Amino acid sequence: MSTDTPSAPAESAAERYLAVQRSDEFAGLRRALRGFVFPMTVAFFLWYALYVILSAYARDFMGTKLFGSNINVALVFGLLQFVSTFLIAWLYSRYADRKLDPIADRIHAEIGEVRHDDGPRG
Amino acid sequence: MTTVLAAEAGGGTARNLTIVLFLAFVAVTLGITIWASRQTKTATDFYAGGRSFSGFQNGMAIGGDYMSAASFLGIAGIIALYGYDGFLYSIGFLVAWLVALLLVAELLRNSGRYTMADVLAFRMRQRPVRTAAAVSTITVSIFYLLAQMVGAGALVALLLGIKPGTTFLGMDAATAKVATIILVGALMIIYVTVGGMKGTTYVQIVKAFLLMAGALLMTLLVLAKYKFNLSSLLGDAAAASGKGAAFLEPGLRYGREVAGDPTQTFYNKMDLLSLGIALVLGTAGLPHILIRFYTVPTAKAARKSVLWAIGIIGTFYLLTLALGFGAAALVGSEAITAQDKAGNTAAPQLAEALGMDFFGGELGAATLLAIIAAVAFATILAVVAGLTLASSSSLAHDFYANVIKRGQASERREVAVARISALIIGAVSIALSIYAQNLNVAFLVALAFAVAASGNLPAILYSLFWKRFNTSGAVWAIYGGLLSAVVLVFFSPVVSGSATAMFPNHDWQWFPLSNPGIISIPFGFLCGWIGTVISKEHDEEKYAELEVRALTGAGAH
Repeated sequence: MSTDTPSAPAESAAERYLAVQRSDEFAGLRRALRGFVFPMTVAFFLWYALYVILSAYARDFMGTKLFGSNINVALVFGLLQFVSTFLIAWLYSRYADRKLDPIADRIHAEIGEVRHDDGPRG
Repeated sequence: MTTVLAAEAGGGTARNLTIVLFLAFVAVTLGITIWASRQTKTATDFYAGGRSFSGFQNGMAIGGDYMSAASFLGIAGIIALYGYDGFLYSIGFLVAWLVALLLVAELLRNSGRYTMADVLAFRMRQRPVRTAAAVSTITVSIFYLLAQMVGAGALVALLLGIKPGTTFLGMDAATAKVATIILVGALMIIYVTVGGMKGTTYVQIVKAFLLMAGALLMTLLVLAKYKFNLSSLLGDAAAASGKGAAFLEPGLRYGREVAGDPTQTFYNKMDLLSLGIALVLGTAGLPHILIRFYTVPTAKAARKSVLWAIGIIGTFYLLTLALGFGAAALVGSEAITAQDKAGNTAAPQLAEALGMDFFGGELGAATLLAIIAAVAFATILAVVAGLTLASSSSLAHDFYANVIKRGQASERREVAVARISALIIGAVSIALSIYAQNLNVAFLVALAFAVAASGNLPAILYSLFWKRFNTSGAVWAIYGGLLSAVVLVFFSPVVSGSATAMFPNHDWQWFPLSNPGIISIPFGFLCGWIGTVISKEHDEEKYAELEVRALTGAGAH
């Protein structure tokens, strides 16, 4: 166990985790994570569902040709799914680097090294 | 075109070259495997490659693990035969990675150790949850394994140029298929038992490079042929298909409108939505993908590896457009279906046509075919190794060490059991694949995705995000989702009651859709909720530990 462990030695690992989980700092981390990933998941899922539903029910619209070529709405819509996936992945990585990692690292350092019993659990 | 494969000279050269290139790949990967075995000493080495891979290496390996025969051969084939509808697979398979990136990868990396069940059972009673997770892991992996090995068997007749009535080394086409399945099975057992996760990972990295290089080369040649004008490629493909503009629109394969039959039309549209949901939610529930996140040292590296994987996989799926439409335009659906009704040989046939065009006739055709054929075999080998590792890890770590031995097994013993499990699972899948040769490859993979999304994903998401979730909920979620998916498929038109079914002469079909996802995935979530609320069990302290570890990386293995 590292020396920077702030908690008293009598405190068990379980109590320590419980205390951290109930701290304001951890609540902030949870809020920051869920505040990004939940709305983003809903957004990309709806955007993808829209694409699948249009493919099923709006064939005429999807077949509309663009720029006077053989490229149609269906193809562009499909390619936009690639663009949105790349974009969301990039946005998340930027957000995680800037907003999540610093808080997570700080809490991790406060907890210090945790030794595992060699039992069956995770 | 059809005559080229049969032509003795070209066919013979391609066959010999394919064998040489394939043997070279096998020699290199076996060398890596033996090297990796010397570095494999602990359970962490065997299950998780010592957690020593970088984000980029793991991203490549994820690509190698994920882009299966269904991606390379299947999607190109569906696009070549049905046009735009094949692109739906590419999109679903890619968008699915956002679920893994945003909701699963990092939290799983932080809180688990070797298997998916490590996270599911974290705050639950170990034995029931690990048993359920092992059952589900092995079910999903075996369906996926079957698809790959059946694909390998189906390809070999084309790739070795064995026609009905002719023989190769004294084997006819049917014997050669069986021999190929046994060979692929034996190799995957060696990779896994000898090389463990380290060996498997390097095999997947090498394969990812080869697959990307092969697909890029073919794409460049196709585009060069059309002077990099996408519109004229599409126009040519549509004209060659005989279906005109409809070939470039959704609807030829999925969600077909049947004139005068609104019920069937409705079912077809539901089937398309069902496939779409299964594809996008399946990835984050695939055990062989999930265990890849344990091979990197930190959650940050897990995030990086998913970002690399999204880049690599996304690029590859963009290339499938050129491969599929290129095959439609340059090979033609008639020539493709003459080789393989499902279109699985479209990509190698395209390679042959391109070689003919760009690299001087028969010899060029044979060479490019041989290269792409060897890439296809490498693709299959890398994926089956990953699947075998995932299922044998779960059998050894979840079932043997934690259910039977209640966590008291020694590490050395557990790894020995994992190696034996790989042998058993390999043998079982060889036997099943020989028996299941007539099954459709794409169907098996879509089924594996539906089963993974129904049986695993609800339990994973509830575990990570729902405080109240408990043992009863986890067991209900896994068995409920798994059973509903498998049962609905069994009573679907893919198994019986239609001309294209597995058992075309029988009819016990009553479920109208061929993909169960739209019913079984919500059902899995519902079961998990019901199972949770009917039980009072709740471990406040273990949930606190799970949540803190998952979000901060404290105490991570």
